[in-house]
Amino acid sequence: MATTTAAVPVVAKRRFGFGRTAAWAFMILVILLSLFPFYWMLRTALSSNNALYAGSDSLLPVQFSWGGFERVFGLQTGQAAIDAGGAGQPIQFWHYLLNSVIVSSLVTGGQVFFSAMAAYAFARLQWRHRETVFRFFLGGLMIPTIFTLLPNFVLIKQLGLVDTLFGIALPTMLMTPFAVFFLRQFFLGISREVEEAALVEGASKVRVFFRLILPMSSAPLATLAILTYITSWNDYFWPLMVSYTDRSRVLTVALGVFKSQTPQTGPDWSGLMAATLVAALPMLVLFCFFAKRIVNSIGFSGIK
Amino acid sequence: MVWPTLRGIYLSFTKFNLLTPPKWTGLDNYVRMVQDPVFWNALKVTVYYVVVNIAVQTAVALVIAVMMQRLTKRTWLRGIVLTPYLVSNVVAALVFLWILDYQLGIGNHVISWLGLDRIAFLSDSTWVIPTIALINVWRHVGYTALLIFAGLQTIPETMYEAARVDGASEITMFRRITVPLLRPIMALVLIITVVGSFQVFDTVAVTTRGGPVDSSRVLQYYIYDMAFGRFQFGYASAMSVALLVILVVITFVQYRLTRAESSDLA
Repeated sequence: MATTTAAVPVVAKRRFGFGRTAAWAFMILVILLSLFPFYWMLRTALSSNNALYAGSDSLLPVQFSWGGFERVFGLQTGQAAIDAGGAGQPIQFWHYLLNSVIVSSLVTGGQVFFSAMAAYAFARLQWRHRETVFRFFLGGLMIPTIFTLLPNFVLIKQLGLVDTLFGIALPTMLMTPFAVFFLRQFFLGISREVEEAALVEGASKVRVFFRLILPMSSAPLATLAILTYITSWNDYFWPLMVSYTDRSRVLTVALGVFKSQTPQTGPDWSGLMAATLVAALPMLVLFCFFAKRIVNSIGFSGIK
Repeated sequence: MVWPTLRGIYLSFTKFNLLTPPKWTGLDNYVRMVQDPVFWNALKVTVYYVVVNIAVQTAVALVIAVMMQRLTKRTWLRGIVLTPYLVSNVVAALVFLWILDYQLGIGNHVISWLGLDRIAFLSDSTWVIPTIALINVWRHVGYTALLIFAGLQTIPETMYEAARVDGASEITMFRRITVPLLRPIMALVLIITVVGSFQVFDTVAVTTRGGPVDSSRVLQYYIYDMAFGRFQFGYASAMSVALLVILVVITFVQYRLTRAESSDLA
């Protein structure tokens, strides 16, 4: 921008004055609207439930308390929780947090690995009908997830994996058309010479894949892994179908259950907001570290 | 991928409750669907949701994208705009359930400070769908804006420079350069967001469970309810086939109407 305004300094400045201010005002509004709900989660989570009723229009935490977070992590006794406006039943967020971590890690590890192999097969190996199969595969991008969820559920049920973490992870940990497409584009860009040199030296295709292709594409692999991790962490519909009990409950599903355990006196807002914050925080932290990579991955080479 | 799809189609012709093997019943499920008023209502509600959701989301995302392009291309700004996308639908739904609470929500406090009447956003049948649509706009608008922003980068900067030398205003440049050149990208963005929007479920499941009465019973929620609430997997599959057909038709029509394959830049 700076270069263009410098090119036509006087006219541009005058014409932009009002417009630019208005545009910045709009952007600031967008930023505020984007971030306000996060602040509100924190503000509510740090308030006491009883005070929330009287001080519901205060912009700061009312009657500061760690109670919400204590209930979320089961640090309060049942009676104390009920007195503070909570549901009294113990909630084990550590357990759900661990479940979410396990599922997302399984999905991410599996999906990146298998998709990389498939993408390599589509990008480099020669086999009959490769292009036809690939086109067919891309068509899969258009099929809405709901459509495969019911049959997948029947399959998981037959395999006896209902209500297990593995059952939640299985359908997406094999591969998704998006991941294969995304990686294939990068593999196609890797120069053939290096690869052929290795083959001439006597390395096998498998060795080339593990020792050459994977290290060379570590950046796109990492991007894919982060995106997959976030998607999997936030998934609600499929885990809701598969998990029935605490054993396999992940954070998103647990939040829904927490919400429906509303005590007599009205929702435990401070506990609920503490829980949503706990569920959202890992991804926000991840985002702080990888913001640039995530932001730049959204574009038309890696369209979702 | 292929196997579940075929199996889904097969199940739609059967009566199946998970406990006994599927029983072939021909077109029964489809006949029932056509005669089911709840299905038609769900379809109507879903379309209403998609229209509100997509119209607002696309308009706002376009404005955000263009402003990011013209004001600053810094990553931090794009990062902030994308932040809501990182939380799950469930989190977004719960936060807004609280913000929009009739008695205590800060949203309603703001409304009464402005001297207006409080709104029971999620328990009033006229407000519930627009509210859910806007909650999802909040979560997805940044992502959509970044997609459009990525598309904007394909327009050569020289075109704007040339136009500016000719004395064109920002608005003229937007109408004469940005809009026509962005068309193929907008078409793609629309296809992706519309297909995603039709599959709304999480927000409804967490906030209203289809209520009040059936006013937010969107198609996907009805399918879920049919399968897991009433164990009628056959009928649920038939409805998901219907949803698939609708999406394929919409994608195809959009593709043709917007001529996504041709760009004026070429």
